[in-house]
Amino acid sequence: MDSKFKQIVLDNSDIIVQKWLDEIDTLKTSNYSSSITEELLESTNREFVNIIFSSIKNEGDTKQLKEFSEKLINLGWQLSYITDGLQVFRRVTINFILEQSDQIDTEYISELLQSVDKWVEPVIRQLVNEYSGNWENIISLQQMALQELSAPLIPVMDNITVMPLVGTVDTERAKLIMENLLDGTIKHNSEVVLIDITGVPVVDTMVAHHIIQAADAVRLVGATCILVGIRPEIAQTIVNLGIDLSKFPTKSSLRKGFIKALELTNRQIVDLHPKENIIEKIIDPLGGES
Amino acid sequence: MEPQSCVKIKQEWDIVKARQLGRDIAREVGFGTVDQARIATTISELARNIYLYAEDGEICFEVSEESGHKGILISSVDTGPGIENLSQVMEDGYSTSGGLGAGLPGVKRLVDKFDIESETGKGTQIQAVKWLR
Repeated sequence: MDSKFKQIVLDNSDIIVQKWLDEIDTLKTSNYSSSITEELLESTNREFVNIIFSSIKNEGDTKQLKEFSEKLINLGWQLSYITDGLQVFRRVTINFILEQSDQIDTEYISELLQSVDKWVEPVIRQLVNEYSGNWENIISLQQMALQELSAPLIPVMDNITVMPLVGTVDTERAKLIMENLLDGTIKHNSEVVLIDITGVPVVDTMVAHHIIQAADAVRLVGATCILVGIRPEIAQTIVNLGIDLSKFPTKSSLRKGFIKALELTNRQIVDLHPKENIIEKIIDPLGGES
Repeated sequence: MEPQSCVKIKQEWDIVKARQLGRDIAREVGFGTVDQARIATTISELARNIYLYAEDGEICFEVSEESGHKGILISSVDTGPGIENLSQVMEDGYSTSGGLGAGLPGVKRLVDKFDIESETGKGTQIQAVKWLR
């Protein structure tokens, strides 16, 4: 039976393709954005229907399918283009074969449905897999990129290291912060570590808890931890929550924290040419007027 | 009364989602940055409790108006194990998960009105209101 259906479809491929193209064209307005040109849509449709037919002829040509799905992914077309296209093909083909048949009983219909499904299934499976594989790939790449950003450690001077935190701190990230902080402290031989939370949107008890633990651990390896970048609203919520951050020094800005860190390591910032600066300041406004 | 908007809490990232939505609503109502931070922190604590202890629940927001006062109502409903000893949980420093134990008592101090109801084996409902000043 299957080969008979196949023969009907292949013999009348031109008619079926035309019917398919007509029906796909009616879907166009509702589904796809107007940014796609007519020519591109038309050529892609042709390619699509060719692929369906070649899949009916020699089941299992995955290379062509793969190339086609990669092309669609690159174009950024929705998955619904593929599922719609295959659904329409099923409908058109089944209708066509039924029109061509003389005697139709339930067994015939069930065989026909099975055959058409068997042609379409490998195509849909492959294309959907390619699409979802592509998404998973993007997600895992982004996760990796995020992880690289999540807990950077910058040795700014001998014995002074800064860890700027930007964005939400979750449990996964909190672990990374702790590990990087301790590894870095030992590796860079830091005496003072500054944790900058200017970019952390919310400091709740969990975030505070992790920071306290990290600071405690840093203290255990012999360094001092300074928490900097505490915005006024964060300071108020920390007080409201009743979190005790008095075990280590805290500062409002990285600048103040850095000065404190220099103090702790017996250093300070010295202006090299203080006198010249004063003279310049006197001359500058005069020069500006003339 | 505006329609409710809710966020289901199932994964850790849902906490961020709830926080973001709550902060947006708070900004629209007209809260300043300090109160926005308080509201965001409240949501964070409540959502984290659902994530840590109940596994299934949601955070809902409502803009409420009462005798000329405008405010945001944050409710947390879960079908988790419930809290056995409410008074102990509301004490500072009590935690069953090794945390700071400042979550619920802290939230109570962050908002203007705080109600908690819990039944062992059935779940916990919390309502927190912050008024616009």
